Amino acid sequence: MYSFNYHRAQSIDEARDMYSSGQDPVYLAGGMTLIPSIKQRLSSPNEVIDLGAIDSMKGTLTSGTSIRIGGLTTHSEVASTSTIAALAALAGGIGDPQVRNRGTIGGSIANNDPAADYPAALVGLGATVFTNDRSIPADDFFTGMFETSLADGEIVTSVEFPMPTRAAYVKFPNPASRYAIVGVMVAETGGEVRVAVTGAGPYAFRMTEMESALSSNFAPSAVADTRVDHSDFNVDLHASSEYRAHLVRTMAQRAVAQIA
Amino acid sequence: MVDLTLRVNGKKHSLSVEDSSLLSETLRDQLNLTGTHIGCDTSQCGSCTIHMDRKAVKACTVLTAQAEGCEITTIEGIGEPGDLHPMQEAFREHHALQCGFCTPGMIMAAIGLVNESDELDGEQVRKGLDGNFCRCTGYHNIVKAVLDAKQRM
Repeated sequence: MYSFNYHRAQSIDEARDMYSSGQDPVYLAGGMTLIPSIKQRLSSPNEVIDLGAIDSMKGTLTSGTSIRIGGLTTHSEVASTSTIAALAALAGGIGDPQVRNRGTIGGSIANNDPAADYPAALVGLGATVFTNDRSIPADDFFTGMFETSLADGEIVTSVEFPMPTRAAYVKFPNPASRYAIVGVMVAETGGEVRVAVTGAGPYAFRMTEMESALSSNFAPSAVADTRVDHSDFNVDLHASSEYRAHLVRTMAQRAVAQIA
Repeated sequence: MVDLTLRVNGKKHSLSVEDSSLLSETLRDQLNLTGTHIGCDTSQCGSCTIHMDRKAVKACTVLTAQAEGCEITTIEGIGEPGDLHPMQEAFREHHALQCGFCTPGMIMAAIGLVNESDELDGEQVRKGLDGNFCRCTGYHNIVKAVLDAKQRM
Protein backbone atom coordinates (compact mmCIF):
# COMPACT_ATOMS: atom_id res chain seq x y z
CA MET A 1 0.00 0.00 0.00
CA TYR A 2 1.27 3.49 -0.78
CA SER A 3 2.17 5.37 2.37
CA PHE A 4 0.25 8.15 4.07
CA ASN A 5 -0.27 9.39 7.62
CA TYR A 6 -3.35 8.11 9.42
CA HIS A 7 -5.34 10.22 11.89
CA ARG A 8 -8.48 9.28 13.78
CA ALA A 9 -10.70 12.27 14.54
CA GLN A 10 -12.87 12.15 17.67
CA SER A 11 -15.13 15.03 16.66
CA ILE A 12 -16.15 17.04 13.62
CA ASP A 13 -14.18 20.04 14.90
CA GLU A 14 -11.07 17.93 15.37
CA ALA A 15 -11.46 16.52 11.85
CA ARG A 16 -11.73 20.05 10.43
CA ASP A 17 -8.59 21.10 12.32
CA MET A 18 -6.66 18.07 11.09
CA TYR A 19 -7.81 18.78 7.55
CA SER A 20 -6.80 22.42 7.55
CA SER A 21 -3.38 21.76 9.08
CA GLY A 22 -2.49 18.87 6.73
CA GLN A 23 -1.01 18.81 3.25
CA ASP A 24 -3.06 16.89 0.64
CA PRO A 25 -5.55 15.65 3.25
CA VAL A 26 -8.55 13.47 2.60
CA TYR A 27 -11.42 12.28 4.81
CA LEU A 28 -11.99 8.56 5.24
CA ALA A 29 -15.56 7.37 5.93
CA GLY A 30 -16.23 3.71 5.06
CA GLY A 31 -13.28 3.58 2.67
CA MET A 32 -15.04 1.44 0.05
CA THR A 33 -14.01 3.84 -2.71
CA LEU A 34 -11.08 5.66 -1.13
CA ILE A 35 -8.95 2.62 -0.20
CA PRO A 36 -9.18 0.99 -3.67
CA SER A 37 -8.50 4.44 -5.19
CA ILE A 38 -5.33 4.84 -3.13
CA LYS A 39 -4.20 1.33 -4.15
CA GLN A 40 -4.62 2.30 -7.79
CA ARG A 41 -2.96 5.69 -7.32
CA LEU A 42 -6.14 7.42 -8.44
CA SER A 43 -5.86 9.20 -5.11
CA SER A 44 -2.56 9.95 -3.36
CA PRO A 45 -3.24 11.77 -0.10
CA ASN A 46 -0.58 12.61 2.48
CA GLU A 47 -2.97 12.71 5.40
CA VAL A 48 -5.92 10.34 5.78
CA ILE A 49 -8.37 11.59 8.40
CA ASP A 50 -10.64 8.80 9.63
CA LEU A 51 -14.10 10.03 10.60
CA GLY A 52 -15.18 6.56 11.78
CA ALA A 53 -15.06 7.33 15.51
CA ILE A 54 -17.48 10.29 15.31
CA ASP A 55 -20.59 8.64 16.74
CA SER A 56 -22.77 11.74 16.37
CA MET A 57 -22.71 11.16 12.60
CA LYS A 58 -24.13 7.61 12.82
CA GLY A 59 -27.70 6.35 12.81
CA THR A 60 -31.15 7.24 11.60
CA LEU A 61 -33.77 9.56 13.14
CA THR A 62 -37.32 9.05 11.92
CA SER A 63 -40.20 11.47 12.40
CA GLY A 64 -43.66 11.30 10.83
CA THR A 65 -42.64 13.57 8.01
CA SER A 66 -38.97 12.84 7.36
CA ILE A 67 -35.94 10.63 7.96
CA ARG A 68 -32.58 12.07 8.89
CA ILE A 69 -29.62 9.79 8.26
CA GLY A 70 -26.18 10.48 9.74
CA GLY A 71 -23.37 10.81 7.22
CA LEU A 72 -21.52 7.78 8.61
CA THR A 73 -24.54 5.48 8.51
CA THR A 74 -23.76 2.35 6.52
CA HIS A 75 -25.77 1.13 3.56
CA SER A 76 -26.82 -1.99 5.49
CA GLU A 77 -28.14 0.14 8.36
CA VAL A 78 -30.15 2.26 5.92
CA ALA A 79 -31.42 -0.92 4.22
CA SER A 80 -32.65 -2.30 7.55
CA THR A 81 -33.91 0.89 9.24
CA SER A 82 -35.23 3.26 6.56
CA THR A 83 -39.00 3.68 6.76
CA ILE A 84 -38.94 4.86 3.14
CA ALA A 85 -39.16 1.48 1.43
CA ALA A 86 -37.66 2.68 -1.86
CA LEU A 87 -34.65 4.10 -0.01
CA ALA A 88 -34.18 0.86 1.96
CA ALA A 89 -34.32 -1.15 -1.27
CA LEU A 90 -31.84 1.18 -2.98
CA ALA A 91 -29.36 0.94 -0.09
CA GLY A 92 -29.80 -2.85 0.02
CA GLY A 93 -28.83 -3.08 -3.66
CA ILE A 94 -25.51 -1.21 -3.44
CA GLY A 95 -22.41 -3.32 -4.15
CA ASP A 96 -22.36 -6.54 -2.11
CA PRO A 97 -23.07 -7.30 1.58
CA GLN A 98 -19.49 -6.67 2.72
CA VAL A 99 -19.42 -3.31 0.94
CA ARG A 100 -22.80 -2.39 2.44
CA ASN A 101 -21.46 -3.17 5.93
CA ARG A 102 -18.72 -0.54 5.56
CA GLY A 103 -19.79 2.00 2.91
CA THR A 104 -21.60 5.14 4.12
CA ILE A 105 -24.18 7.53 2.68
CA GLY A 106 -21.99 10.57 3.37
CA GLY A 107 -18.96 9.01 1.71
CA SER A 108 -20.98 7.94 -1.29
CA ILE A 109 -22.54 11.32 -2.01
CA ALA A 110 -19.35 13.29 -1.30
CA ASN A 111 -17.61 11.08 -3.87
CA ASN A 112 -20.48 11.47 -6.39
CA ASP A 113 -19.57 8.58 -8.65
CA PRO A 114 -21.65 8.94 -11.84
CA ALA A 115 -22.93 5.37 -11.37
CA ALA A 116 -23.65 5.53 -7.63
CA ASP A 117 -27.20 4.84 -6.45
CA TYR A 118 -27.62 7.39 -3.64
CA PRO A 119 -27.52 10.52 -5.84
CA ALA A 120 -30.74 9.32 -7.56
CA ALA A 121 -32.36 8.93 -4.13
CA LEU A 122 -31.33 12.39 -2.95
CA VAL A 123 -32.44 14.16 -6.11
CA GLY A 124 -35.56 12.01 -6.62
CA LEU A 125 -36.79 12.35 -3.06
CA GLY A 126 -35.84 16.03 -2.78
CA ALA A 127 -33.44 15.50 0.13
CA THR A 128 -31.41 18.11 1.97
CA VAL A 129 -27.70 17.62 2.70
CA PHE A 130 -26.46 18.95 6.04
CA THR A 131 -22.77 19.75 6.45
CA ASN A 132 -20.68 21.05 9.32
CA ASP A 133 -21.75 24.58 8.43
CA ARG A 134 -24.82 24.73 6.18
CA SER A 135 -27.63 22.86 4.45
CA ILE A 136 -27.69 22.24 0.69
CA PRO A 137 -30.73 21.11 -1.35
CA ALA A 138 -29.94 17.91 -3.28
CA ASP A 139 -30.71 19.73 -6.56
CA ASP A 140 -27.72 22.00 -5.90
CA PHE A 141 -25.41 19.41 -4.34
CA PHE A 142 -24.31 17.32 -7.33
CA THR A 143 -22.50 19.54 -9.79
CA GLY A 144 -20.40 17.33 -12.09
CA MET A 145 -18.70 13.97 -12.48
CA PHE A 146 -17.16 13.30 -9.03
CA GLU A 147 -17.92 16.98 -8.25
CA THR A 148 -20.19 18.41 -5.57
CA SER A 149 -20.86 21.85 -4.12
CA LEU A 150 -18.96 20.89 -0.93
CA ALA A 151 -16.20 23.35 -0.12
CA ASP A 152 -12.68 22.07 0.50
CA GLY A 153 -12.72 20.37 3.90
CA GLU A 154 -16.50 20.53 4.35
CA ILE A 155 -18.07 17.41 5.90
CA VAL A 156 -21.47 15.84 5.16
CA THR A 157 -22.92 15.35 8.64
CA SER A 158 -26.39 14.06 7.67
CA VAL A 159 -28.98 13.81 4.92
CA GLU A 160 -32.69 14.48 5.46
CA PHE A 161 -35.33 12.86 3.26
CA PRO A 162 -38.95 14.05 3.36
CA MET A 163 -41.41 11.16 3.52
CA PRO A 164 -42.80 10.56 0.01
CA THR A 165 -46.40 9.57 -0.75
CA ARG A 166 -45.01 6.90 -3.05
CA ALA A 167 -41.56 6.13 -4.44
CA ALA A 168 -39.69 3.40 -6.29
CA TYR A 169 -36.13 2.92 -7.50
CA VAL A 170 -35.24 0.52 -10.29
CA LYS A 171 -31.77 0.02 -11.68
CA PHE A 172 -30.11 -1.93 -14.41
CA PRO A 173 -26.97 -2.99 -12.58
CA ASN A 174 -23.60 -3.82 -14.00
CA PRO A 175 -23.64 -7.55 -13.26
CA ALA A 176 -20.09 -7.54 -11.87
CA SER A 177 -19.91 -4.37 -9.75
CA ARG A 178 -23.67 -3.78 -9.10
CA TYR A 179 -23.10 -0.13 -9.93
CA ALA A 180 -26.02 1.34 -11.88
CA ILE A 181 -25.58 1.32 -15.64
CA VAL A 182 -28.82 3.28 -15.32
CA GLY A 183 -30.94 3.75 -12.19
CA VAL A 184 -34.19 5.72 -11.97
CA MET A 185 -35.94 6.97 -8.83
CA VAL A 186 -39.57 8.00 -9.32
CA ALA A 187 -41.20 9.69 -6.33
CA GLU A 188 -44.26 11.71 -5.45
CA THR A 189 -43.77 13.92 -2.41
CA GLY A 190 -46.27 16.56 -1.25
CA GLY A 191 -48.04 16.40 -4.63
CA GLU A 192 -44.82 16.92 -6.62
CA VAL A 193 -43.54 14.17 -8.94
CA ARG A 194 -39.80 13.78 -9.43
CA VAL A 195 -37.85 11.49 -11.73
CA ALA A 196 -34.11 11.28 -11.02
CA VAL A 197 -31.61 9.35 -13.11
CA THR A 198 -28.17 8.06 -12.16
CA GLY A 199 -25.60 6.15 -14.21
CA ALA A 200 -26.65 7.65 -17.54
CA GLY A 201 -24.94 11.04 -17.45
CA PRO A 202 -21.94 12.61 -15.72
CA TYR A 203 -24.02 12.98 -12.52
CA ALA A 204 -27.59 12.47 -11.31
CA PHE A 205 -30.19 14.64 -13.04
CA ARG A 206 -33.96 15.09 -13.25
CA MET A 207 -36.07 14.16 -16.26
CA THR A 208 -38.49 17.10 -16.21
CA GLU A 209 -40.44 15.93 -19.28
CA MET A 210 -41.21 12.67 -17.51
CA GLU A 211 -42.17 14.55 -14.35
CA SER A 212 -44.77 16.65 -16.15
CA ALA A 213 -46.09 13.64 -18.08
CA LEU A 214 -46.51 11.68 -14.84
CA SER A 215 -48.13 14.64 -13.08
CA SER A 216 -51.08 14.41 -15.46
CA ASN A 217 -51.06 10.63 -15.96
CA PHE A 218 -49.20 8.49 -13.40
CA ALA A 219 -48.84 5.38 -15.57
CA PRO A 220 -45.90 3.59 -17.23
CA SER A 221 -47.25 4.48 -20.66
CA ALA A 222 -46.83 8.20 -19.86
CA VAL A 223 -43.03 7.85 -19.97
CA ALA A 224 -42.70 5.10 -22.60
CA ASP A 225 -42.01 7.49 -25.45
CA THR A 226 -40.30 10.40 -23.71
CA ARG A 227 -37.43 11.77 -25.78
CA VAL A 228 -34.18 11.34 -23.85
CA ASP A 229 -31.32 13.59 -24.98
CA HIS A 230 -28.22 11.40 -24.74
CA SER A 231 -25.68 13.83 -26.20
CA ASP A 232 -23.67 14.02 -22.95
CA PHE A 233 -24.41 10.49 -21.72
CA ASN A 234 -21.72 8.09 -20.54
CA VAL A 235 -20.30 5.60 -23.03
CA ASP A 236 -18.28 2.56 -21.97
CA LEU A 237 -17.87 -1.07 -22.89
CA HIS A 238 -21.05 -1.91 -21.02
CA ALA A 239 -23.46 0.41 -22.80
CA SER A 240 -23.61 3.03 -25.56
CA SER A 241 -25.28 6.37 -24.92
CA GLU A 242 -28.27 5.31 -27.07
CA TYR A 243 -28.68 2.16 -25.00
CA ARG A 244 -28.51 4.17 -21.78
CA ALA A 245 -31.25 6.47 -23.14
CA HIS A 246 -33.36 3.38 -23.80
CA LEU A 247 -32.67 2.14 -20.26
CA VAL A 248 -33.78 5.49 -18.79
CA ARG A 249 -37.23 5.01 -20.35
CA THR A 250 -37.38 1.33 -19.42
CA MET A 251 -36.29 1.76 -15.79
CA ALA A 252 -38.67 4.74 -15.41
CA GLN A 253 -41.58 2.63 -16.67
CA ARG A 254 -40.69 -0.20 -14.29
CA ALA A 255 -40.45 2.18 -11.35
CA VAL A 256 -43.81 3.78 -12.16
CA ALA A 257 -45.39 0.34 -12.61
CA GLN A 258 -44.37 -0.59 -9.05
CA ILE A 259 -46.26 2.31 -7.48
CA ALA A 260 -48.97 3.39 -10.00
CA MET B 1 3.74 3.99 12.55
CA VAL B 2 0.59 3.51 14.60
CA ASP B 3 0.63 1.71 17.95
CA LEU B 4 -2.63 -0.02 18.64
CA THR B 5 -4.41 -2.90 20.31
CA LEU B 6 -6.36 -5.30 18.12
CA ARG B 7 -8.88 -7.77 19.52
CA VAL B 8 -8.79 -10.83 17.28
CA ASN B 9 -10.64 -14.09 17.99
CA GLY B 10 -11.03 -13.07 21.62
CA LYS B 11 -7.36 -12.23 22.22
CA LYS B 12 -5.77 -8.80 22.55
CA HIS B 13 -2.64 -8.02 20.54
CA SER B 14 -0.50 -4.91 21.03
CA LEU B 15 0.98 -4.04 17.66
CA SER B 16 2.90 -1.38 15.84
CA VAL B 17 1.81 -1.09 12.20
CA GLU B 18 2.42 1.20 9.23
CA ASP B 19 -0.25 3.92 8.96
CA SER B 20 -1.26 2.49 5.60
CA SER B 21 -1.31 -1.19 6.64
CA LEU B 22 -4.30 -3.16 5.47
CA LEU B 23 -6.07 -5.39 7.97
CA SER B 24 -5.59 -8.37 5.63
CA GLU B 25 -1.81 -7.82 5.71
CA THR B 26 -1.63 -7.39 9.48
CA LEU B 27 -3.67 -10.52 10.15
CA ARG B 28 -1.51 -12.62 7.85
CA ASP B 29 1.96 -11.13 8.31
CA GLN B 30 1.99 -10.02 11.94
CA LEU B 31 -0.50 -12.37 13.58
CA ASN B 32 0.19 -15.37 11.32
CA LEU B 33 -3.55 -15.83 10.73
CA THR B 34 -3.09 -16.97 7.14
CA GLY B 35 -6.60 -18.40 6.83
CA THR B 36 -7.65 -14.93 5.67
CA HIS B 37 -6.74 -15.19 1.99
CA ILE B 38 -5.81 -12.36 -0.34
CA GLY B 39 -7.25 -13.09 -3.76
CA CYS B 40 -7.76 -9.92 -5.77
CA ASP B 41 -6.78 -7.26 -3.22
CA THR B 42 -9.32 -4.96 -4.93
CA SER B 43 -12.44 -5.79 -2.85
CA GLN B 44 -14.01 -7.90 -5.59
CA CYS B 45 -13.43 -11.54 -4.68
CA GLY B 46 -14.28 -11.81 -0.97
CA SER B 47 -11.50 -14.31 -0.08
CA CYS B 48 -10.37 -11.98 2.71
CA THR B 49 -13.81 -11.76 4.36
CA ILE B 50 -13.67 -11.55 8.16
CA HIS B 51 -16.06 -10.18 10.78
CA MET B 52 -15.75 -6.80 12.46
CA ASP B 53 -18.27 -6.56 15.28
CA ARG B 54 -20.14 -9.55 13.80
CA LYS B 55 -20.46 -7.95 10.35
CA ALA B 56 -18.80 -9.50 7.31
CA VAL B 57 -16.27 -7.13 5.73
CA LYS B 58 -13.41 -7.42 3.25
CA ALA B 59 -10.15 -7.14 5.18
CA CYS B 60 -8.23 -5.98 2.08
CA THR B 61 -10.31 -2.78 2.14
CA VAL B 62 -10.00 -1.89 5.82
CA LEU B 63 -6.99 -0.11 7.27
CA THR B 64 -5.61 -1.89 10.32
CA ALA B 65 -5.86 1.37 12.26
CA GLN B 66 -9.59 1.57 11.48
CA ALA B 67 -10.13 -1.79 13.21
CA GLU B 68 -8.90 -0.68 16.63
CA GLY B 69 -11.70 -1.05 19.16
CA CYS B 70 -13.57 -3.62 17.06
CA GLU B 71 -14.02 -7.31 17.81
CA ILE B 72 -12.39 -9.09 14.88
CA THR B 73 -13.15 -12.70 14.02
CA THR B 74 -11.26 -14.67 11.39
CA ILE B 75 -11.77 -18.21 10.09
CA GLU B 76 -9.34 -19.41 12.79
CA GLY B 77 -11.70 -18.09 15.47
CA ILE B 78 -14.87 -20.00 14.60
CA GLY B 79 -13.89 -23.66 15.00
CA GLU B 80 -11.01 -26.10 14.96
CA PRO B 81 -10.34 -29.65 13.80
CA GLY B 82 -12.62 -31.93 15.78
CA ASP B 83 -14.85 -29.04 16.75
CA LEU B 84 -15.89 -27.42 13.49
CA HIS B 85 -18.37 -24.58 13.22
CA PRO B 86 -21.72 -25.81 11.79
CA MET B 87 -20.99 -23.84 8.60
CA GLN B 88 -17.61 -25.59 8.19
CA GLU B 89 -19.27 -28.94 8.90
CA ALA B 90 -21.93 -28.26 6.25
CA PHE B 91 -19.31 -27.20 3.67
CA ARG B 92 -17.48 -30.49 4.25
CA GLU B 93 -20.59 -32.65 4.06
CA HIS B 94 -21.96 -31.01 0.92
CA HIS B 95 -18.63 -30.92 -0.88
CA ALA B 96 -18.94 -27.13 -1.09
CA LEU B 97 -15.29 -26.63 -1.98
CA GLN B 98 -12.76 -27.90 -4.45
CA CYS B 99 -9.47 -26.00 -4.38
CA GLY B 100 -10.46 -24.31 -1.12
CA PHE B 101 -8.97 -20.89 -1.83
CA CYS B 102 -12.27 -18.99 -1.54
CA THR B 103 -13.56 -21.16 1.31
CA PRO B 104 -12.52 -19.12 4.40
CA GLY B 105 -14.05 -15.96 2.93
CA MET B 106 -17.10 -17.86 1.71
CA ILE B 107 -17.68 -19.34 5.18
CA MET B 108 -17.25 -16.00 6.97
CA ALA B 109 -19.64 -14.31 4.51
CA ALA B 110 -22.13 -17.17 4.88
CA ILE B 111 -22.07 -16.95 8.69
CA GLY B 112 -22.65 -13.19 8.43
CA LEU B 113 -25.59 -13.85 6.12
CA VAL B 114 -27.16 -16.47 8.40
CA ASN B 115 -26.69 -14.26 11.48
CA GLU B 116 -28.64 -11.48 9.79
CA SER B 117 -31.42 -13.52 8.19
CA ASP B 118 -34.55 -14.89 9.85
CA GLU B 119 -35.42 -16.94 6.79
CA LEU B 120 -33.24 -17.95 3.85
CA ASP B 121 -33.95 -19.55 0.48
CA GLY B 122 -31.56 -20.46 -2.31
CA GLU B 123 -32.08 -17.20 -4.14
CA GLN B 124 -31.31 -15.16 -1.00
CA VAL B 125 -28.16 -17.22 -0.38
CA ARG B 126 -26.96 -16.50 -3.93
CA LYS B 127 -27.63 -12.78 -3.45
CA GLY B 128 -26.08 -12.82 0.01
CA LEU B 129 -22.86 -14.31 -1.39
CA ASP B 130 -22.69 -11.70 -4.17
CA GLY B 131 -19.37 -10.45 -2.81
CA ASN B 132 -17.59 -13.83 -2.92
CA PHE B 133 -16.22 -15.56 -5.98
CA CYS B 134 -15.64 -19.29 -6.34
CA ARG B 135 -14.01 -20.39 -9.58
CA CYS B 136 -14.38 -24.17 -8.99
CA THR B 137 -17.71 -25.31 -7.66
CA GLY B 138 -20.32 -23.50 -9.71
CA TYR B 139 -21.87 -22.47 -6.37
CA HIS B 140 -24.58 -25.16 -6.23
CA ASN B 141 -23.05 -27.09 -3.36
CA ILE B 142 -22.14 -23.89 -1.54
CA VAL B 143 -25.81 -22.85 -1.58
CA LYS B 144 -26.85 -26.30 -0.32
CA ALA B 145 -24.29 -26.10 2.49
CA VAL B 146 -25.40 -22.64 3.62
CA LEU B 147 -29.07 -23.66 3.65
CA ASP B 148 -28.20 -26.75 5.68
CA ALA B 149 -26.00 -24.80 8.10
CA LYS B 150 -28.83 -22.32 8.61
CA GLN B 151 -30.86 -25.17 10.15
CA ARG B 152 -27.99 -26.14 12.46
CA MET B 153 -27.02 -22.67 13.68
